[in-house]
Amino acid sequence: MTRRGKAARQGYDGVVAAVPITIPYQRYSPEPAHWWIARALGDLVRTAGITPQDVDGFCVSSFTLFPDTAVGLTQHLGLTPRWLDHIPMGGASGVVSLRRAARAVQAGDAEMVACVSGDANHVDSFRRMLSSFSRFAQDASYPYGSGGPNASFGLMTDHYMKTYGVTREDFGRICVAQRENALSFPHALMKKPLSLEQYIAARPISDPIALFDCVMPCAGAEAFLVMSETAARDLDLPAVRILSTIERHNAFPDDPIQMRGGWEMDREEFWALAEVTPGDVDLLETYDDYPVISMMQFEDLGFCKKGESADFVRSHDLTNGGSFPHNTSGGQLSVGQAGAAGGYLGMVEALRQVTGTALGNQVEDANLAIVSGFGMINYDRGLCSGAAILAGPGA
Amino acid sequence: MSTNGTTALSALAEALSKGSVRTVDLTHTLDPDFPVIILPPEFGQCARFRVEEVSRYDDRGPAWYWRNFSCSEHTGTHFDAPVHWVSGKDLPNASVDSIPVEGFVRPVCVVDCSKQSAEDEDFLMTKDFLLAWEEEHGRIPEGCWVLMRTDWSKRNPAAYLNMREDGAHSPGPDGGAITFLIEERNVVGFGTECVGTDAGQGAHLSPPYPAHFLLHGAGRYGLQCLANLDLLPPTGAMLICPPLKIKHGSGSPLRVLALVEETSS
Amino acid sequence: MTEAIQRPRRKDPQKRTVLPTLPPTSRSRKALGFTAAAAAGRFVLQKCDDCGAVTYPPREACPKCLSMALNWRDMPDGGRLIAETTIQTSTNVYFRERTPWRTGTIELDAGITVLAHIHGDVAQSGRVRMIARTDKSGQGVLMALPEQETANMADDKQLRELTCDPKHRRVLVTDGRTALGQAMANAVSAAGASTVFVGIAETWRPYAGADELAAIPNVEVMALDVTDSISVKELASEIGGKVDILINTAEHIRAGGAMDRDGIVTARDEMEVNYFGPLRLIQAFGPGMRFRGADGVNSACAWVNLLSVYALSNWPAYGSTSASQAAAYSLSQCLRGEFRGSGVKVLNALFGPLEEDWRQHLPPPKVTPEGLAKAVVGALQQGLEELAVGAVAEDFLVRWKEDPRVLERELTQPEGA
Repeated sequence: MTRRGKAARQGYDGVVAAVPITIPYQRYSPEPAHWWIARALGDLVRTAGITPQDVDGFCVSSFTLFPDTAVGLTQHLGLTPRWLDHIPMGGASGVVSLRRAARAVQAGDAEMVACVSGDANHVDSFRRMLSSFSRFAQDASYPYGSGGPNASFGLMTDHYMKTYGVTREDFGRICVAQRENALSFPHALMKKPLSLEQYIAARPISDPIALFDCVMPCAGAEAFLVMSETAARDLDLPAVRILSTIERHNAFPDDPIQMRGGWEMDREEFWALAEVTPGDVDLLETYDDYPVISMMQFEDLGFCKKGESADFVRSHDLTNGGSFPHNTSGGQLSVGQAGAAGGYLGMVEALRQVTGTALGNQVEDANLAIVSGFGMINYDRGLCSGAAILAGPGA
Repeated sequence: MSTNGTTALSALAEALSKGSVRTVDLTHTLDPDFPVIILPPEFGQCARFRVEEVSRYDDRGPAWYWRNFSCSEHTGTHFDAPVHWVSGKDLPNASVDSIPVEGFVRPVCVVDCSKQSAEDEDFLMTKDFLLAWEEEHGRIPEGCWVLMRTDWSKRNPAAYLNMREDGAHSPGPDGGAITFLIEERNVVGFGTECVGTDAGQGAHLSPPYPAHFLLHGAGRYGLQCLANLDLLPPTGAMLICPPLKIKHGSGSPLRVLALVEETSS
Repeated sequence: MTEAIQRPRRKDPQKRTVLPTLPPTSRSRKALGFTAAAAAGRFVLQKCDDCGAVTYPPREACPKCLSMALNWRDMPDGGRLIAETTIQTSTNVYFRERTPWRTGTIELDAGITVLAHIHGDVAQSGRVRMIARTDKSGQGVLMALPEQETANMADDKQLRELTCDPKHRRVLVTDGRTALGQAMANAVSAAGASTVFVGIAETWRPYAGADELAAIPNVEVMALDVTDSISVKELASEIGGKVDILINTAEHIRAGGAMDRDGIVTARDEMEVNYFGPLRLIQAFGPGMRFRGADGVNSACAWVNLLSVYALSNWPAYGSTSASQAAAYSLSQCLRGEFRGSGVKVLNALFGPLEEDWRQHLPPPKVTPEGLAKAVVGALQQGLEELAVGAVAEDFLVRWKEDPRVLERELTQPEGA
């Protein structure tokens, strides 16, 4: 069977995202995921000036809801949505939730979709989650040292460094810049400045990964609303247009080790739909559970060529006042990783930046943002990738 | 010691040869079908007597017949050493291989409870019953064996064990009788025709299993599954009951004999 | 280069014994196919019968053509290390106690990449030779070794976790009366065992080879009769805390089946030695070994059952002995379950007719006692749990795996076996 010519993709005209909500993270909390999601949903409706009954679409991402899913949450939280989704895609959850919700609103299946992610972090829950993360992980990666994502990214980082001559200092530039961004972001768990020397001298975790290459697991929640442009105007909410999105899963399965993500498969179409170019972008929010994956996003999204990220970070200032504002809240590396909410962090931050409502340092004239997501080390590589181009009211 | 040139043993030898002293067998045949005590199923159980032929003048051994047998230390007519019961576990010389052999050849008193047992299968022999017996037969001498005759050995296997939903029903002594025998008469041991020295419902006495608990705690011995007690006189017979010398043994099947003097009456 | 492990010093009596912890135990049912092969030292991966694709981790369907015909096949063991990481912190207690731990990504000659433990002597980006073994949790894992043998290679910390090397360990050989027991004592002594306890039943009865046995380096002859619970308990009270490997060489074998035998005395003797023997040994020595599964260089690590291959399917010519061996085999499976959690492996060495008196009339090929001993020591050094020794046993196992019911029919033919 031969493939027919692809139908042209529709844009997201008339659909907007609004009301970025962050529930401040805590390193450990006895509260369950339900508590975090409820708080985020509550803030969402109060900030938007609507009632829970107005929420007719509900989209949830969480690792720690077991034994519940989004279904159980409707009864738990008193929602009666006509559209419900559960996105178990970790770091890609934010982007994927946005594009699912946008299509639902666009098609009229729902008018007001609440996208919420939140996770608990009890004292032993990270170990439990790792040990039962996926069948492939149980069968074929967890038994090899049980290093979790640290070890997976240790391998990717080792290979990437050897292949492209990247040094730890290059990764360090990303981490140090993000820490500077985080110093003005009120919800960041990491409050101390970080120097490149401190980065290099940090305790090894899973060579070549060291302490400041890793995120701190924590509890927290993030949320936003998706609705029609008209609805946002009626509610008098600063709204963000969606110019383009992509998602891809299990891209390049025959690559011996991950050196690229699904973005590379869909990059051309991604920019074409938005009719913008990388040079037009004001800020980039990558999924940054380790700096090597941020570098892959620079490359695969087209900000530089494959293997040239080291040069890119050497030649750009990645802070909010710099030449290439990147992970403007400090990213997960400095704010913390609240489970699936880590996949929303960049999205929610971008919504704030392009609406001029940053909690930390505002990127000047921020109008066009890229949010990129990456998630789910099912075995040896992240399977889910996605990205979105967002335009603020000033764009 | 000699009197008129005869020793006690030569006199006994003469009496045995003349038949004025008879040897009576008080032992049941070791037979796979003979009942053993039944414990609640979660406890370890008493092994039945079993026998397997090794050879019988055949290809397994052309000129000889022999068999292996197996059983519990408490199968068939058997001896209970003090170490059998928890109350006797710390006593010296309390296992069959270390008990002083003097206790194995002793005078024996036979207390006839056969009539009472026929009327009441749960008959309990009391101190008062023993005192009444002494009224008739004289004081139980120090260091002797006391055997309780019930004629239980004449029953068929089912009636012998007499197992019902609430357990076995068979006669035995109460605690007071045993305490009396130990403390006031200093007997060396106590024996019965039933499957245990205690009554079938002895678990419900205080202390539970008084014969086992008290006798063994005081370093005394037990004999069970005796037969032919009706052939013994109330007093005057000599009991011979040496158990097998099993290392650290708690008891042993054995052949029990009595020497009985023929009375002219 | 791996540093040679030194013989451990005497234990500090004031220190608590390290309790066994386990690497992750959870596996999918499909992955147990990999584990079962690894227990026998085979490196297998799933291969699609329809399109030929090799796949890993274990799957239910071929990711290339969605065929359901994925089968475990032996794979070429070559590969190259393309990425590595040394784990310094782990969420798993077992690894946490053993960091740093080297793992890596191997691009296999078989065409796919896998994660594996990496031997310390593997060079960066170097060629490797893969082995599959069971780890302390009893689950199959992959380890990449240097392609060529290196100095003290077996002493690599991570590799030694997968093996049961007798080196510096204390071994109990339960019956030294036989040529097999004596060959076993010789072999484990030569493999570097620090002490070889050798059990002798009925010490008052002379036996051939007694002087030679006593002269083997590090051998200590002990009274042990596996048919006597008291004897087994007494020896365990004496040396139970320092038996790291137990090799049960006691066996009782007589020709004959069921119908033509008169009585059960011989069968009972067979059961006393072949079934109740190991049962007594397990009760006396098992708890101590289970407790000492992580007790340093000379941790308890292996329990070895020597089983006639007819334990798997009865050979009527030795029908009664076969039945007792079947009981022993079944018991070994129970033991494997009971040792789960301790890191102690159960090695079943299945052998064909042995060169000894009671099998004298059987035709060759036969296994010599020395050959069996050597194979067992080799399997311990490799960390195997399943071993077939001799041509008869190997052939038997092939047929058994193919179809146990057909094999049963073969064995019960008039000219069976």
